[in-house]
Amino acid sequence: MQTWSLVSICVLLALVVRWGVSLNSYSVLLFLVCACVYVLSAGKHWISFPFIRLSDVSPGAGKPPMFGDYEAQRHWQEVTYNLPLQEWYFNTTENDLMYWGLDYPPLTAYHSLICAYVAKSINPEWVELHKSRGYESPKHKLFMRATVLVADLILFIPAVVLYCLYLTDGSSRKKVSTLFCFLLYPGLILIDYGHFQYNGVSLGLALWGVLALGLGWDALGSLAFCLALNYKQMELYHALPFFCYLLGKSVQLGLMGRGLFLLVRIASTVLGTFALCWLPFLSDPDHAMQVVRRIFPVARGLFEDKVANTWCSLNVLVKVRYILSSDSQIYLSLACTLLAVLPSCVRLLTKPTFWQFKLALANSSLAFFLFSYQVHEKSILLVALPVCLLLNDLPLVAIWFLHASTFSMMPLFLRDGLLVPYVVTSLAFLYFSIYLLSPLEHCSEDTLRLGVYRKLLFFLPKLDLAWIVRWKFYISVAATAGLSFVTVALVPPSHLPDLFPLLVTSTAFLQFLGTFIYLNIVQFSEPPSRKSNKKKK
Amino acid sequence: TVMAAAGSCSWFPPLALGVSLLKCLFINAYHSTDFEVHRNWLAITHSLPVSRWYHENSSVWTLDYPPLFAWFQWSLSHVAQHFDSNMLRVENLDYVSPGAVLFQRLSVVFTDGVFIYGATECCRCVQEPKEQRDVLSRPSFVLAVLLLWNFGLLVVDHLHFQYNGFLFGFLLLSLAKHLQHRHLQGALLFSILLNLKHIYLYMAPAYGVYLLRSYCFTQDHRDGSVRWSSFSPLRLLALGAIVTSVCALSFGPFVAMGQLLSLSTLGVHLKLLEEAELPRASMTGGLVQEFHHSVLPSVTPSVTLVCTLLSILPALLSLWGGPRGPRAFLRVLLICSLGSFLFGWHVHEKAVLLAILPLSILAVQNREDAGTFLVLTTTGHYSLFPLLFTPAEFPIKVLLMLMFTIYSFTALRKLHSGPGRLLRPLEYAYLLGLNAVAITCEVALPLSPWQQTLPFLPLLVTSVYCSVGVCHSFLRLYVSLLRPEEKPKQL
Repeated sequence: MQTWSLVSICVLLALVVRWGVSLNSYSVLLFLVCACVYVLSAGKHWISFPFIRLSDVSPGAGKPPMFGDYEAQRHWQEVTYNLPLQEWYFNTTENDLMYWGLDYPPLTAYHSLICAYVAKSINPEWVELHKSRGYESPKHKLFMRATVLVADLILFIPAVVLYCLYLTDGSSRKKVSTLFCFLLYPGLILIDYGHFQYNGVSLGLALWGVLALGLGWDALGSLAFCLALNYKQMELYHALPFFCYLLGKSVQLGLMGRGLFLLVRIASTVLGTFALCWLPFLSDPDHAMQVVRRIFPVARGLFEDKVANTWCSLNVLVKVRYILSSDSQIYLSLACTLLAVLPSCVRLLTKPTFWQFKLALANSSLAFFLFSYQVHEKSILLVALPVCLLLNDLPLVAIWFLHASTFSMMPLFLRDGLLVPYVVTSLAFLYFSIYLLSPLEHCSEDTLRLGVYRKLLFFLPKLDLAWIVRWKFYISVAATAGLSFVTVALVPPSHLPDLFPLLVTSTAFLQFLGTFIYLNIVQFSEPPSRKSNKKKK
Repeated sequence: TVMAAAGSCSWFPPLALGVSLLKCLFINAYHSTDFEVHRNWLAITHSLPVSRWYHENSSVWTLDYPPLFAWFQWSLSHVAQHFDSNMLRVENLDYVSPGAVLFQRLSVVFTDGVFIYGATECCRCVQEPKEQRDVLSRPSFVLAVLLLWNFGLLVVDHLHFQYNGFLFGFLLLSLAKHLQHRHLQGALLFSILLNLKHIYLYMAPAYGVYLLRSYCFTQDHRDGSVRWSSFSPLRLLALGAIVTSVCALSFGPFVAMGQLLSLSTLGVHLKLLEEAELPRASMTGGLVQEFHHSVLPSVTPSVTLVCTLLSILPALLSLWGGPRGPRAFLRVLLICSLGSFLFGWHVHEKAVLLAILPLSILAVQNREDAGTFLVLTTTGHYSLFPLLFTPAEFPIKVLLMLMFTIYSFTALRKLHSGPGRLLRPLEYAYLLGLNAVAITCEVALPLSPWQQTLPFLPLLVTSVYCSVGVCHSFLRLYVSLLRPEEKPKQL
C-alpha cells in the first residue's frame, strides 16, 4: 500500500479519536464517572464517590464554581469581541479580570477574536457581553469542539505528518508507525478535546519551528517559534534550546562571516514577529507592561493543586511553601531551573546538531517543569512534544515517559469526567506503540544508550542493564495501572484525603526525574550514528 | 491451497483490539430509539415470566425478535442488574441513565467478540498467495480489516445501537464452516442465527439449495448435472434434525407452555412488516419515507414477494445446475440478500450490510468481486448516512466513511495489482458523483430554503442515487455468477 494512503488513514483515525473524545464532557463531573463508580460500588460500602468532593470541583470552597477552561475560552471570545483592544488586559467596569481574565499573550486573544466572529455569526447569544457568562448548550459545545479540531487540522497535524515523513529515519512503514503513535498521544488529545484547551495551536507552532530548523530554514523556524511564544507564554520552556541551537549554529559558521549574517537575519525575524504580534499594544508602554504582568503572574504561589514536579513532591517531606518567603521561593526555583537547564544548553551550544537540539528541547522543558515556579499539571504537554520527537530514536524511553505523563494528569481527567476516554486512549497508545515500534524486542544496552550507566556500574559487571530497564518499564506500567484503579475505585482514608493524588504525582515525578537524568546522559554521550561504528567507548 | 498459518496472524489482535477501543469512545454518542427498544426487552425478559414475554405490550416496542434473541437479552439482563437495576423495570419507559448507557454500549462491544471470532475463522479460509507478501497486502489481512473495521457495522451498532455484530458473528462462523466443508456445523450455526433474528430468512433459500445440492447429493455427473442416485437420505435426515431441534429448542418452551399465541407475536411482527404504513418502493436502496407514497403507486406485499422470488430464482437454479463450490454459494447468498433488499417489503437500509459483509470474503480473492464490492460498499455505506442526522456525529460518520473507503480502494487495488482496472470509468464517475450528492444532501440542502418546503428531498436524492449503485452491483454479481466458464481463481 502506498504511503499516502497509510498516512491519510492514520490522520483520519487520529481525527476520529479526537472527535470521539470530544463527545465527552469538558467541565466537572460527567455522569459516566459516577456511572463507573456506581457500578463498582454496587452493594459495597468501601467504595463511594471519591471525586465528587466540592473542594475538587471548585478551588476554594464556598465560592460558586467558576467552570473551567471551557468557560475561560468562551469568556475570552466574549471579551475580545465586545471590548476595544485597549481594555482586554485591563480591569475595567466592563472587564472583570477576576472572572477568567485574559492571561495569555496577544495571539491567543486574536484567535479568540476570530472564533468570536464565527460564533457571532452562528448565534449572537454565545458571545453577548456579560449575559453569556456560563453559557452552555450542546450546540455551543459542538462549536467550541469544532474550533479545536479546525486549529489542530491546520497547525498541529500537518506539522506532525511532515516531521514524521521528512525528519525521521527508517523505512516508510516505520515512519508511518511513528506518525500513528505521535498522533495518538493521549495526553494532548484528552486535554485539548476533553478538558478543553488549545494546546494544539502553541505546540503545533513550536513543532513547525522544529520542523523548519530540521530542514535548515532557520529564519522560518524562528518565526514559527515566536508565534508559538506569542500564543502561550509557557512555550518559554522551549525557548532556550531554540536560542542555543541558532546561536551555536551561527558561531559554527563563523561570527565574522556567514554566521553573523544568519544571526542578524534571525534576530530581525524575531523582533519583527514580536513587533507585529504586539503592534496594537505598543502605542502605550504601560499597556504593554500590563499585558506582561497579566501573562506572568508571580503572586500565585510555588505550585498549584497537585503537580508531579519537584516542589509538590518535596512538599510531602518539607513544606517549602511555609518555610520560605514567596520571594525566596521564586529565587530558589529560578536557581534550580537554571542549574538544571544549564548542562544541556551548554552542550547544545558547543554541538548544534539537530539530534542535540531535540534532546535539549526535552531536557530544557523537563527542567522547567520539574523546577520552575507555578507549574500546572498540563504543562507536561510541553515536555511531551519533544519526547514525541524522540519516539523513533529512543522508543522505549519515549513511550514510557509519554505514558507516565498521561498518567500524571489522571486526577484532572477524573475531575472532568474523562475516565473512559482516559482508559481507552492510554491503553490504545501503550498497546499500539509497543506493537508498532517494538521497543521491547530491540532493547539492548546499545539501543538504549546505556554506555555511561555501564561505566558507572563497572563494579557489577554481570548485570544485564537492558533487562533491568525492561523490568522497570513493566513495573512502572503496572504501578500506573494499579494507581489508576485504586484512585477510581477506593475512597482514601478520611485523615489523608489527598493520598491518591499525591501517590499519583509522586510516582509520575519519579519517572520524570529518571527520564530527565537519562536524557541528559544521552545528550552527553555520543550521537547515535557514530555510536554504532565506534565500539571504543 | 495454502491456508493462512495460525501463527502468522500476529496482526489480528491489534486490529480487533484497536476497533474495540474505538467503539468504547462512542459510548456517549447519539443513540437511536433502538436503544430504548433493547432496554425494554431487557426489562421484559428480566422481570416477567417467560410466558408473558411475547404478550407484554406496555411499551410500543414489543419483543418482536425470535426466542433465542429473547434468551440472549435475558442473559444480558443478569449482568445489567449490577449496573442499574432501574433499567430492568418494565414500567420505566424511555429510561436512560449513565449506568444504562454504559451497560448497553459495553454489551454491544463485548458481544462483538463473536463477530471477531467469526472474522478470524473467515480469514483462515482465505487462500494465501504462494509468494511471501508484505503483511499489509495479504488477502487475510485485508479481509480482517474489511470485516472488523466495517463502517456500516460501526455506525449501526455503536452509534445507532443494535446487536448486528453479534448476529453477523454467527453468520460469518457459519460461512466459514461451509468454506471448510463442515456443512453440518454451518447449518447448525445458521439455524441458531435464524432463531436470533428472522431477517436472515432472506438468505435461507441459498442455504437450502446449496445444502441440498452439495451436501445431500454426494456425486455429480461428468457434465456437472446432479446424479440423482447419489442422494443420501442420512445426510438430509441429519440436516433436518439439526434445523428442527434448534427451532424446537427455541420455540418449544413457548409452545409447551400453551403459549402458541406467543408465536403469533412474531406473526404479528411479520404482519406489521406487511402492513407497514409505507410501501417500500422497489428500487430505492435507502430510507423509506412517506414521500414515496404520494409519488409512486402502492405496491402490495404479494407483488414484492413475487418480485423477490423471481429475482433470485435464476441464481438458485444456477446453483442447482452446476457443481459449484462454496464460493458460488456465497455469490448466490449475496444475490438472495441483495434481491430481497431491492425488491423486498419494508426493508431497512441497514439490511444492505447483509450483502456487504459476506461480499468482503469474495472481494479479497476475486478481481471481479472486488469491483462489485467497491461499488456496493461505497453506495451502501453512504445510504446509511441519514441514520445519523445529529450534527455532533457528523464528523464521525464522514471521517470513518472516508477511512474505510480509502482503505478498501487502495488495499483491493494493491491486492489485485494485475493489468486492467477494478472498475470501469463510468463506475468511477458514479462513485465520484457520490461526493457531489453528499455535499448537496448533507450540507447544501439542509442550509437552503428548500429545507422547509421539501424536508425529505435529501433523503430522496440519497435513496435514488444509492439505489442505482446497489442495482448495478446486483447485476454485476449476476453476471459474474452466470458467466459460463469461469476459470478457477487466479490466486
